[in-house]
Amino acid sequence: MIGDWLDIGWVNEIPVRGSRVVKVTGGDDIAVFRSGEGKVFALRDRCPHKHGRLSQGIVHGGAVACPLHNWRISLSSGEALGEDKGCTPTVPVRIDAGRVLIHRASTLAAAA
Amino acid sequence: MEHQTIPACGDDTREHLVVVGNGMAGCRAVEELLARDPARYRITIFGAEPRVNYNRIMLSPVLAGEKSFAEIVINGQEWYDEHGIALIAGDPVAAIDRAAKTVTTRSGLTTGYDRLLIATGSDPFIIPVPGKDLPGVIGFRDMNDVETMLEAADKGGAAVVIGGGLLGLEAAHGLSLRGMKVTVIHLMPTLMERQLDEAAGWLLKQALESRGQTILTGADTAEIVGASHVEGVRLKDGTTIPADLVVMAVGIRPSVALAREAGIAIGRGIHVDDHMVTSDPAILAVGECVEHDGQVYGLVAPLWEMCRALADGLVEQPTGYRGSVTSTKLKVSGIDVFSAGDFASADGTEDIVLRDASRGIYKRVVVRDDRIVGAVLYGDTADGGWYFDLLKRGEDISALRDVLIFGQSFASGGGQADPKAAVAALSDSAEICGCNGVSKGQVVSCIAKGAHSLDALRGTCKASASCGSCTGLVESLLALTLGDEVQAGAKTVCKCTSFGHDDVRREIVAQAMRSIPEVMQKLHWSTPDGCSSCRPALNYYLLCALPGEYVDDQQSRFVNERMHANIQKDGTYSVVPRMWGGLTNPRELRAIADVVEKYDAPMVKVTGGQRLDIFGIRKEDLPAVWADLNAAGMVSGHAYGKALRTVKTCVGSEWCRFGTQDSTGLGVKIEQATWGSWMPHKFKIAVSGCPRNCAEATIKDFGIICVDSGYELHVGGNGGIKVRVTDLLCKVATEAEAMLHCAAFIQLYREEAWYLERTAPWIERVGLAYVQSRLLDDTEVRAALARRFFHSQSFSQDDPWAKRAEGAEREQHAPMAHFTPRKEFA
Repeated sequence: MIGDWLDIGWVNEIPVRGSRVVKVTGGDDIAVFRSGEGKVFALRDRCPHKHGRLSQGIVHGGAVACPLHNWRISLSSGEALGEDKGCTPTVPVRIDAGRVLIHRASTLAAAA
Repeated sequence: MEHQTIPACGDDTREHLVVVGNGMAGCRAVEELLARDPARYRITIFGAEPRVNYNRIMLSPVLAGEKSFAEIVINGQEWYDEHGIALIAGDPVAAIDRAAKTVTTRSGLTTGYDRLLIATGSDPFIIPVPGKDLPGVIGFRDMNDVETMLEAADKGGAAVVIGGGLLGLEAAHGLSLRGMKVTVIHLMPTLMERQLDEAAGWLLKQALESRGQTILTGADTAEIVGASHVEGVRLKDGTTIPADLVVMAVGIRPSVALAREAGIAIGRGIHVDDHMVTSDPAILAVGECVEHDGQVYGLVAPLWEMCRALADGLVEQPTGYRGSVTSTKLKVSGIDVFSAGDFASADGTEDIVLRDASRGIYKRVVVRDDRIVGAVLYGDTADGGWYFDLLKRGEDISALRDVLIFGQSFASGGGQADPKAAVAALSDSAEICGCNGVSKGQVVSCIAKGAHSLDALRGTCKASASCGSCTGLVESLLALTLGDEVQAGAKTVCKCTSFGHDDVRREIVAQAMRSIPEVMQKLHWSTPDGCSSCRPALNYYLLCALPGEYVDDQQSRFVNERMHANIQKDGTYSVVPRMWGGLTNPRELRAIADVVEKYDAPMVKVTGGQRLDIFGIRKEDLPAVWADLNAAGMVSGHAYGKALRTVKTCVGSEWCRFGTQDSTGLGVKIEQATWGSWMPHKFKIAVSGCPRNCAEATIKDFGIICVDSGYELHVGGNGGIKVRVTDLLCKVATEAEAMLHCAAFIQLYREEAWYLERTAPWIERVGLAYVQSRLLDDTEVRAALARRFFHSQSFSQDDPWAKRAEGAEREQHAPMAHFTPRKEFA
């Protein structure tokens, strides 16, 4: 169902090993990442530790390093890696003919 | 970013724990409970102060200007959010209804509880003299008191501190540092008589008097005088001391009013058993408000022990609290005082005393039946922890008796000071971090769980995260626990490779590598695209090796260097335009003022590097801010970069009667020659016009001190956590030579230091003699280094702000999409 997904733009608008932000009125921003392998992921833009902007971190492998204290967050599960404990909610992503679609309900879940 | 509170589910059937008191005891008890069972209770905390939980014992450093309030916060709002704790701050609980099991706040909010924890702490004791209620008479107990003191200190004038105990002396020290004329009035004949003996008290008095405080011992307050505000303090001997501020720090009383009203049994404090349960089994109490086994405590260490026993009881694994032996440290910088246990001479006790008058050291250990019962140390408190540990464990010291007073390193053999051996010998229960109540065992177990750095430990068990005085101990524990692993870890760039920094730099040049993926391929990186440690390092090494050719990889830059501004903890940025040599003019100031107003920046601050920092700029607004600053002729100050930061100058011979050369002019020339250069780490320069060194050139990476006959060039200084004074590189006769040496030194550092290594540790590692040999032995080598620097500069001196203000890399600032949820989602 098309209504379940939000079209946010072209895949190549997201830099490889970089990210872009989707703003949500009344909720947390969503960070959309593109890994070195070209896969696209979306997460709440908020580190579980001190709420750093994950979209501003360095993307490496399947993880992003938070810019505030260098926690590594898995792009696929949102879980903190290594010794740190915590989890950032993920948002399901679909690629359709070069367009990036993110799951509507998960995106808007933060806009309570 | 707004906070989300995790709402308690409607059908949350967990027992409700209500905590009265949002201070050190209340929150620590909750932390201990959460560590044992994070989900067992629904928790609500009431606090009288409109603030989050902060470290009350660190108020003295805040007053002294050594810490900010933000730095003493123990748990910020996110901690409450994460654990689903409801915090009601600024609305104190006014009544407890034990029959209905509810509490009611001053504003009338009523909440039910299953278990109630009273952690109301203590109140300052106000001596009942006339005038005690005048405005300007305060205690020293909370952040409001500190704010009142800071306001008073801003106006200058005189302060009287009544009480020469721990708290009073820390208040006096802070007020004195803040510029007030301070008099301490103390009833007893010696200062801190409950913690110090007469000899140490006397040494302390001497030290404080030499710092400009007036100390009156044996002085009894008769009256506080003043019409509508305090004007002075009159003593019983008739003397009147003028005062604009009076701080009462004569002692504290457990805060028991709430418990008394509720009919709970109290003595001096609220009576509790070994599990911190009061006379009402549903109500617990902890901290300075309680009386346990006839004792009340006013120090922080017993509180940690009480909270552990309390939490064990709450999860039904009772252990029990058995009372505490306490030790004291005075937080007055530069004066080291330690005391523990009982040091009153009595039958059967022996004193072992060491005095070293020339070094101002006094040590006294009190022994009874071959066991330490007390210790007083003045001037050298390094062994305080060891004595305290022996005391608490009741260790038989007969074998050490003869050497005990010389301290642990001597007593444990050899007489050679070995801090590692001393730390190794501590027992697991020995306290390492007094501010946060962390034992050696807890630090070691945190290291074992993967906290392999000081930062990691500060983030996990909080050891050395507050006042930092135990940093050395914590580092020793890291070295002891990890042993060779620390050594091995330091050798490689990161976990992605087995090569060290020097190897990687050498191979990049030798094999003429041109990109990060190429380096990773040829040097067998173990990860597909590195990590946040190696990628920025490789990007820099390539940039340095291939000036003008290498294409910078933005995705391998830290956020600040990518955004050309400094990210702040709330996700906004701060912006610092360059001010050459610290000079500015009306046009620049006007443009900055306009930016502040136009973008609603909440704060502008003069930086230590002589320029202005504009705070609170949103990411989306950065390009427009830069365009406005560019229009007034200003460029990026690189305050965000591993790059040349500032060139600090004094006014020099143009204005100053002492100036020997044009230090300002030289500083401007150097900044214009060096700005925009990327470095292994940040790099600061200063030029002072005479040896009075007003520009603080001797704690900079490169410092010039002008003298009549030329220019002294200093290198490798650092004013950070570990202050390092520069080494003298050489002296030159002309400005041109000074600039050439500066360029050559920077290039040597750029080419040879490891990424994220400041000049200070770099010089410590390679040695000053090496740096001098490269720069001074052969003029051609020096000239070649300088030429390479200026070649590199020809590609790097374009303002990164200007390009972005014109629209480059717009995607860094603009969101990809923006959604507004429809009503049904809102």
